[in-house]
This record gives sequence, structure tokens and C-alpha cells, in this order.
Amino acid sequence: MTLAAQARDSQVDPDPAVPALSIEDVTHSYRERRALDHVSFDVRRGAFAVLLGLNGAGKTTLFSLVTRLYAAQHGSIFVLGFNVAREPAQALSRLGVVFQARTLDLDLSVMQNLLYHASLHGIGGREAGELAEDTLGRTQMRDRAHDKARVLSGGQMRRIEIARALLHRPSLLLLDEPTVGLDVNARKSILRYVRDLVAQENIGVLWTTHLIDEVEDGDDLIILHRGRVLAKGPAGDLVASAGAANVGGAFERIIATEQSELEA
Amino acid sequence: MTSFPMANTGAPVRTRFGLRQYAICMAGIVWREGLRFLHQRERFISALVRPLVWLFIFAAGFRQVLGVSIIPPYQTYILYEVYITPGLIAMIQLFNGMQSSLSMVYDREMGNMRTLLVSPMPRWFLLSSKLVAGTAVSLLQVYAYLIIAYFWEIEPPTLWGYLTVLPALILVGLMLGSFGLLLSSLIKQLENFAGVMNFVIFPMFFASSALYPLWRVQESSPWLYHVCLANPFTHAVELIRFAFYQQLNLQALAIVLGCGIVFMAGAILAYNPAIGLSLRRSA
Repeated sequence: MTLAAQARDSQVDPDPAVPALSIEDVTHSYRERRALDHVSFDVRRGAFAVLLGLNGAGKTTLFSLVTRLYAAQHGSIFVLGFNVAREPAQALSRLGVVFQARTLDLDLSVMQNLLYHASLHGIGGREAGELAEDTLGRTQMRDRAHDKARVLSGGQMRRIEIARALLHRPSLLLLDEPTVGLDVNARKSILRYVRDLVAQENIGVLWTTHLIDEVEDGDDLIILHRGRVLAKGPAGDLVASAGAANVGGAFERIIATEQSELEA
Repeated sequence: MTSFPMANTGAPVRTRFGLRQYAICMAGIVWREGLRFLHQRERFISALVRPLVWLFIFAAGFRQVLGVSIIPPYQTYILYEVYITPGLIAMIQLFNGMQSSLSMVYDREMGNMRTLLVSPMPRWFLLSSKLVAGTAVSLLQVYAYLIIAYFWEIEPPTLWGYLTVLPALILVGLMLGSFGLLLSSLIKQLENFAGVMNFVIFPMFFASSALYPLWRVQESSPWLYHVCLANPFTHAVELIRFAFYQQLNLQALAIVLGCGIVFMAGAILAYNPAIGLSLRRSA
């Protein structure tokens, strides 16, 4: 039995050894098309994990399963040891999510967006206000609290979305291609911001992307291709074992090896 | 940079929800819907203009053509404007229910819907809260319309009518909102909403007792009469009509309640991650 499964029935925050996210043998199909094929990996607490894959690799499907938009047809998903399908309240309350599409309500102010999010987690009144103020202060966005979301730049919106995802104090942060549509400076800024969070807060992060330059050697890397995990482990180790010079080279070799095995 | 307090450092992660948390969540959803409504002034204006056009132009034009005999709950001859007012009220709620449906499809396409669905609260509760929010907005629209209609001498027999119609409005709002929710789960893209207008809203409205009494429909087309009887919107209109005159139409109440429950159950099923949403994506 896995650590995640052992912690399943626990009502308190599980042992620190329990992964922030545990994907166990997950398979999901859209009719005949298999989007995920026996996918398994963990995201450790306090780790920055990158789920790297080309478009159509199955990243967004996996994201939808973890966030319970769909239910996995096979396999299990645990957040801090809580089964997403069986204990959604425990699992989702420990989860912060930043979706690929912009999800701020553009007609509402920044503060109103945060308060709305707090209410969805059962946090209201003065506590919600204090958490929102605190979050805005830490993201250096307090001066924009009463601006409508629609007047923010793309990078600022992303920062607010990240702040919103952290407002209820989750232990796992999921980000689905969060830098799509941002300029180079905004991309770097967001990436650095999230990496700082990991370093300081012992929060597990799963960052999905198709941009190889967002991976650093110290990251946990999961390479997803056509719904299958082709490689996983510390990025530096994967580069070394592939005999490549960098992550980009390793990615290409691993994909090419898979391709040739399929053709053989 | 200073640190965020996290769940595993003693911060208050909510995993078990009491009544207070449920109330906060529902209040938040209603509050957000209310804010969106206030920010979208054109939505409010169009919600009012639509029935007022029917009242001031259509009803005025047809007043001489469409005679209305004495039928319950009326105890005397009434003006055509008086007759169609419950229908127009129900129309406001029908459009509002569909508007909510539109906003669900829009939210889903734009991703806002996902922020709602990843809440740890039970999904049935989230959808119910959304429904309550939509109904609250429809009540604002209806009473704004009734205030204007009052100056057109369209009013209940006593002022109590404004109060007795409230439960009927809530029930009808919930029933039509549930119907909208169910529809929103079946629509894949925003563009398909035009089809909903043509194939759902207009047939529901015209094949009902909103614009003409059913005995008139029966005289001219028996089969259409049966279609009108099978249309839940007819019973929504009648429930409002009777409640406005401080009377209870039990048959209409039962049908509105029953349809509301069925539509809501269908919507909850359709938004179930294991059944509805996943299957739709597969299609």
C-alpha cells in the first residue's frame, strides 16, 4: 500500500512523507482515443515538478482529472493522501489551481475576485478580508486591490490568479501552462515567483508546460508524450542518463527513442 | 519576499464544512451574481425593456382583438394588459434562467466555471447556490417591472398580492433556472445558444397561456392545446397568475415543483464529473 493510500482515512494533515500529489496508474480515454495511458508519478512536498509535454500529450486531461472536472476512468489520484474521487472535499481544500485560461472575473475588482474565491472555500467575513489583504500585500499588488481585473496586464492577472490559488493556504499548487500568452519578462517573473514560493513554503508545485526553457536542473521532471510517462526524475539526472547536453536535448532523445520503438 | 502561511504550518484549511461555511459559500455565489448583474446595466435594461415592449405595444395593439372572458382567478372582465402580465413576469424569469445558462456556458468556455467547480464544497450545493443566485436576480427584475406596471394601472386586487406572488416567483425562478442549468450542461459551445433561443425559449413562451387563455387555444387547435398543457411554462404562468390574486393553483404548484426537481436532478447528474462532463467531452 502506498503512503498516499495509508493516509487516506486520516482527518489531520498527513505525514510529511506523504506526497503532495500522487498519480497512480491513471488511464483516461475519450471514446476510442486514449488520452492518458497508465500514468503514475508523485510530486513531493516542497518540490517544483514540471510536467513537460508537447501539445496533445495529455497534460490538460490530467489537470482536469486532478481538479475533478472529470473522474478518472482507471487509477487513483491523491492530494496529500486524500483520494480525489472519494474524498473530494479533503483533497480539493488542499489544492490551489491556476488554469491555463484566464479565470478572473473581469467585471469584478481584484479584491472582489479574492473574496469570491474565499467564499467558495467557506471563508468569509473579516477572516476572508484579512487573508485577501495579506495575499495582496505579499504579491505586491495591494495598490491594485480595487481595480477591475480587466485593466490588469497579462502578467499581473497571472500573479493575482496565483495569489488567489494560495489564499486558502493549500499544500499543492497546480499550474496549467501559466506562462502561455505572456511576454518574456512576465514569464520569467512568474516562474521566479513560483520557484521562490516552493523554496520558502514547503509547498508542492506541479507546473505543466511545453516550454523546455522553463525547466531547471534541480526540478523534478515528468515527460508526458501521447498520454504516457516516458521519463521521470530529477531533470539533471534525466539529462545525464539520456547522454544529452541539456533538458531540450534529453527531451528530444527520449521522444525519438519512444518513436523508434513504436515503429520497430 | 516574506512567506505565505501554508496549510501544513497551522493555517486554517477547511476540510469539514458546517452550516456557516455553506452559508458563506452560497452568500458568496449570490453576491458575485448580484455584482455581475449590477455591472451589466444593459442586461438589466434589456430585461425590463423586453416585457415592457410587449405590455405597451403588443398588448395595446391586441387589446381590441383578443377578448378575455371571465376565467379564474379573475372575477370580472379584465384588460388584455392585465391578462398577459403574469405571462410577461414568467417571461422575465424564463429569459433570466436562460441568461444564467448562457453565463454558465460562457464561464465554462472562459474557464471561470472551473474556479467554481474546484471548490471543495459538494457540487450539488454549488449548482444549487448558482440557482439561488439566478433566482434572486430574477426577483429584482420582476419587481422592477411590477413597479413600472403599477403606473400603467396593472396591479393586484390588494397590495398583499405583491407579497403572495413572491413564493410563486421563487418557485418559478428555481424551476426555470434548473431548466437553464440542465440546458447549459448540454450546450458545448456558446454559439449553440442561438439554437436554444429558437428551439426552447420561443416555443415555450408561445405554446403556453402567457399570451392567450387556453380555452381560446383549444377552440382553434386542440393539439396545440395539449402541447400547451404539457408545457411546464404554462403552469409557471398560472401559478404566478393565481398567486398575484392571492389564490393557490394546486395543480400548477405540483407541476412547477415536480419539474423543478426533475430539472435540477438532471443538471446535477449532467455536471457530475464521472458522468456528464466527461461523457460530453468524449462526444
